Amino acid sequence: MTKNITLNLISGRTIQQGVAIESGKEKPSYRTAAGIIEMDDADFKRLGVWKNTNVKVTSDHGSVVVKAVESAQGPNPGIAFIPMGPWANAIIDPNTYSTGMPTFKGTPVKIEVAINEPILLGIELVQKQCGVKVG
Amino acid sequence: MTKTVTDVICPFCGTLCDDIEVVVSDDGKQLLEVFNACVIGSEKFLHSQAKDRVTKPRMRQEDGSWKDVSYDEAADYTAAMLAKAKKPLMYGWSSTNCEAQSVGNEIAEISRACCDNTAAVCHGTTLIAVQDIGLPTCTLGEVKNRADRIIFWGCNPAHAHPRHMSRYSIFPRGFFTGKGQMSRKMVVVDPRVTDTAKMADVHMQVEQGKDYELLNALRVAFRGEWLPDVVAGIPKEKIREAADMMKSGRFVIIFFGMGVTQSLSKNHNIDIAIAVTKDLNEYTKCSIMPMRGHYNVTGSGEVFAWQFGFPYSIDLSRGFARYNPGDTSSIDLLTRGEVDAMFTIGSDPGAHFPISAVKPIANMPSVCIDPHMTPTSGVSKLHVPVAFNGVETGGNCYRMDNVPIDCRKVVEPPAGMLTDEQFLVMVRDRLKKLKGVA
Repeated sequence: MTKNITLNLISGRTIQQGVAIESGKEKPSYRTAAGIIEMDDADFKRLGVWKNTNVKVTSDHGSVVVKAVESAQGPNPGIAFIPMGPWANAIIDPNTYSTGMPTFKGTPVKIEVAINEPILLGIELVQKQCGVKVG
Repeated sequence: MTKTVTDVICPFCGTLCDDIEVVVSDDGKQLLEVFNACVIGSEKFLHSQAKDRVTKPRMRQEDGSWKDVSYDEAADYTAAMLAKAKKPLMYGWSSTNCEAQSVGNEIAEISRACCDNTAAVCHGTTLIAVQDIGLPTCTLGEVKNRADRIIFWGCNPAHAHPRHMSRYSIFPRGFFTGKGQMSRKMVVVDPRVTDTAKMADVHMQVEQGKDYELLNALRVAFRGEWLPDVVAGIPKEKIREAADMMKSGRFVIIFFGMGVTQSLSKNHNIDIAIAVTKDLNEYTKCSIMPMRGHYNVTGSGEVFAWQFGFPYSIDLSRGFARYNPGDTSSIDLLTRGEVDAMFTIGSDPGAHFPISAVKPIANMPSVCIDPHMTPTSGVSKLHVPVAFNGVETGGNCYRMDNVPIDCRKVVEPPAGMLTDEQFLVMVRDRLKKLKGVA
């Protein structure tokens, strides 16, 4: 059975994500900046994987494959961070509780190793989830 | 020969830096270098010169490929789509100027659309709280010259507003803050040890989503009343230390961001943050300011407010403006399947909405007006590239403290490209004809 851990997911801006969106969301640099999940060192040990491994992140609202990297702004055990973008938005809680604002911060997620699964590009990921035919 | 344009406004974040210098070629057609801007701002200016930029409107074909169309054809499609739709959603507006927003509002009124800006996924809950209890705020100039206690609550300016601290909040030497950083104390509240938190005098690593409890504890600490040993993961001694630091300042400013607006409790987090501000004014001077994201999201709220009476989440489908976040807000309208056409301008809901709110966009008539290729253009039927506002066209924008600043044009857009405003005027005129409006 695949080993997995549960973390509390938040999303937000990073400066690398900001640069990537301005230099072109169709480019691989966007995936490098935002197709990641930042995890604490202790959580890497609990999951039992090396840093920079592809992982599948699953919540009640969907799942997505991203690269697990060491938290640049830690320590923050128990908390996972995916920069704002299509990868985070594939799994965050869309419930607005009648405020108009989805719950971008504080979604429980399950992390499991997905070493052979590809991380899609930003536009490609959204098109695939929406079933858009691309010529 | 090249020439240097000084005092250029950076169109990236709500800090709206106004000291950028840009080097352009002698004929004004090429942008060569950018000085003073942060790494994100520089990239924004330089990306306008990308060779692979889309310069013509494109329509999605049956087989999924793009076909180039003229701006006239694009305006025809957009006007027909809005005329036919029963409840179109016109979303975005935060990366364009106030002049274009105003034309957009005319279009919205004629087509009885729902209008919303990016506050929907940013500071929308702040606006609800401000309507609930008001906002004791100030300008960034006052912060620079007077503030000696700086609180960053649930925001990370080191990443999201990279020059905020050097221009206004921490480092500058102001009139009453002559020693710059040395004359200020900095408190950061964040569940992560962010790059901003690493600079703080006091960092309270709050348990994620427990901001309301911690703000409440601060109110208790100001009054010197009993506190439990630990609140929201923070020992009471640290809470009292932060409270004393705030009370001892001559001018306290609380900056807050997505950490409080997007966590559970949402607008109630802001309610109590404003109440903390009110409490502190019993002891010293205190102001509070949202860290607005897009460079003109504040302006969009202003234009909506003076034309329709509300700052976001406006529903004009009954012929007059209604405002009821949760009902008339974009995410809720899309996930409930209530809109039948999507018009996006100056923002990227495809990347920044939860995927359940993006899926409906792919299945309805849709237009995306954006200079970049984005996930939104990737799921839209029509993509209309336009000139970069603030780089290839000027126009009025509002800084995060509600100060209006005119952006400057520094280079010519590629030949034949229209600005947001020019394209919207074409759509408006066509829509008037279709609807028989004089």
